[in-house]
Amino acid sequence: MQAVGNGNDARADLELAAGNGLLHRRALLASGAGIAAALSGYTLREPAQAAPLPVEPWMREPTAVGLEPYGAPSRYESKVVRGGRNEPAGSPTSGTGSIRTPLHLLNGTITPNGLHHVRLHSGVPDIDPDRHRLLLHGLVDRPLVYTLDALAKYPMESHPYFLECTGNSIELYAKEPLKAGVERLHGQISCAEWTGVRLATLLEEAGVKAEAKWILAEGADAAGMARSVPLAKIADDALIALYQNGERLRPSNGYPMRLFLPGYQGTANIKYLRRIKLIKGPAQTRDETARYAITGADGITTEFYLQFDAKSVITQPAPELALRGPGLYKISGLAWSGRGRGIIKRVEVSADAGRSWAEAMIASPVMPKALVRFEMLWRWDGQPAVLQSRATDETGYTQWTRDQMLAARGPAGNYMTNCIISWAVNEKGELSNVYA
Amino acid sequence: MSMLKNPEPRAPVRCRLIVGATVVVACGASYAQEKPHFGQPATSEEISAWDITAEPDGEGLPPGSGTARQGAAVYAAQCRSCHGEKGAGGPATRLAGVQGTIGAKTARVRTIGTFWPYATTIFNYVFTAMPFQNTKSLTHEETYAVTAYLLYLNGVIGEDDVMNADTLPKVKMPNHDYFVQHVTE
Repeated sequence: MQAVGNGNDARADLELAAGNGLLHRRALLASGAGIAAALSGYTLREPAQAAPLPVEPWMREPTAVGLEPYGAPSRYESKVVRGGRNEPAGSPTSGTGSIRTPLHLLNGTITPNGLHHVRLHSGVPDIDPDRHRLLLHGLVDRPLVYTLDALAKYPMESHPYFLECTGNSIELYAKEPLKAGVERLHGQISCAEWTGVRLATLLEEAGVKAEAKWILAEGADAAGMARSVPLAKIADDALIALYQNGERLRPSNGYPMRLFLPGYQGTANIKYLRRIKLIKGPAQTRDETARYAITGADGITTEFYLQFDAKSVITQPAPELALRGPGLYKISGLAWSGRGRGIIKRVEVSADAGRSWAEAMIASPVMPKALVRFEMLWRWDGQPAVLQSRATDETGYTQWTRDQMLAARGPAGNYMTNCIISWAVNEKGELSNVYA
Repeated sequence: MSMLKNPEPRAPVRCRLIVGATVVVACGASYAQEKPHFGQPATSEEISAWDITAEPDGEGLPPGSGTARQGAAVYAAQCRSCHGEKGAGGPATRLAGVQGTIGAKTARVRTIGTFWPYATTIFNYVFTAMPFQNTKSLTHEETYAVTAYLLYLNGVIGEDDVMNADTLPKVKMPNHDYFVQHVTE
């Protein structure tokens, strides 16, 4: 991790931007070289210990690693794997569960396909792409059926889009903060470049009847996961996604095709898409009524609240990563929003449990409905602290606090949890999930 | 509903699906002939095997019928090992037995009686997604019967009330009025 603080904070002139040691983002922008020296701890090197840089074996011998037909990460990266579990075969609920992205071990904004999170409702079907069909029917002039080859002939488009499980971060509803890290608590968020055909293009070919207002999308998985989506969303930006980061979708992410609804709750992005039916009103499937609807503190459940509001999480440091003594640290995290055009406007960071905030530097392109990386410099004085981040999107929406969320939605488990996330730092530099 | 602006320059072919009082597809005329049409016509025979969704108004419900009394046997054979005696829960979710918590601010136990606002959803889900290890294996008669049994366990209908394509959509679930639909702008 970026355990870079070593008490070598020589640059006492760094400008503070908020309480408890948060430095102005100008420090990252303008003082690159100086900060790098302070951060990386090079100044700690004792001249007496200096020796000629070693000439390593790989500098002499042209070995070849990583040339497998399908390349794999360096063997030194073997710990960069997903967490979570899938109920084993034989269990009455085998094929259900979740697999989570190790956010604390990644950087940038694109999630490698092998590390993309997965939420399973009824296993991962082993679909023969040549036998897979997409049926388009219902309130259309011409019901149509498509093969994968047929879909490949249409114009395609590619976008980096985040995909978040509807139940991500749900543990923040627990009465006491769960002792867990960023992967376990918040790792059901990923971002990939999704390539596919606009569903609107296919609807146009089928001819949508005037009374059609919704679609029902259904998967080819055993449970036939099905969701209703307003036709307006389909017209806006819905894709039949065929590629994920340039290669075919992974089986656990919907191979050979899935519905992709940018900015919408993950469970509506139907995997293994086999059927689109044009309908008058929502079909009221189990996964849009009994699940994945938002229940308020008044006991009223709101269906079809589908777009994610702005959210952010600090991924480094995190409970999985401890600080190594007082000094300068880089805080890094991710922000995203599905509201409006899904543009992140600002991310702020607090090191004093939200009493003061400073704006972080945006360290990646800001793309609609895609993850955004932010960074912040922090001088940790070795005392207990609480780190938080909060995102604001283009619509003016700012992440709410956990207290505000509970007041609106009640204390019971719910969906689309997007409150401010808090990491406490103790005197030893260990982090933990807290409510602040 | 006129949110069909296309904020990002992403459409390679300029087409808009216009949703409003009527749904039409507007395309540049010059493109119309060039547009790919690779979908194959689907016949009603082809569609029938996959078109298994029951909608709240009963659209899509197949012929057949069943009562709770008949459904008890199907439940015992196909459902009880996971969902427990009388839907009390087991390895899989609880289905019944917490009437009275509807709308409560706490203890949101998601049973059919408390969290399923439409009776047609039960038929739909049982037929498509259950039994978990062998889905789409129940007959329409069995599905109606199990649906009736689950409604009976939740105190919604009587043991001999017949559930079919006509009666099921008319069943008002106890929690129906606690569900609202988010209005997309």
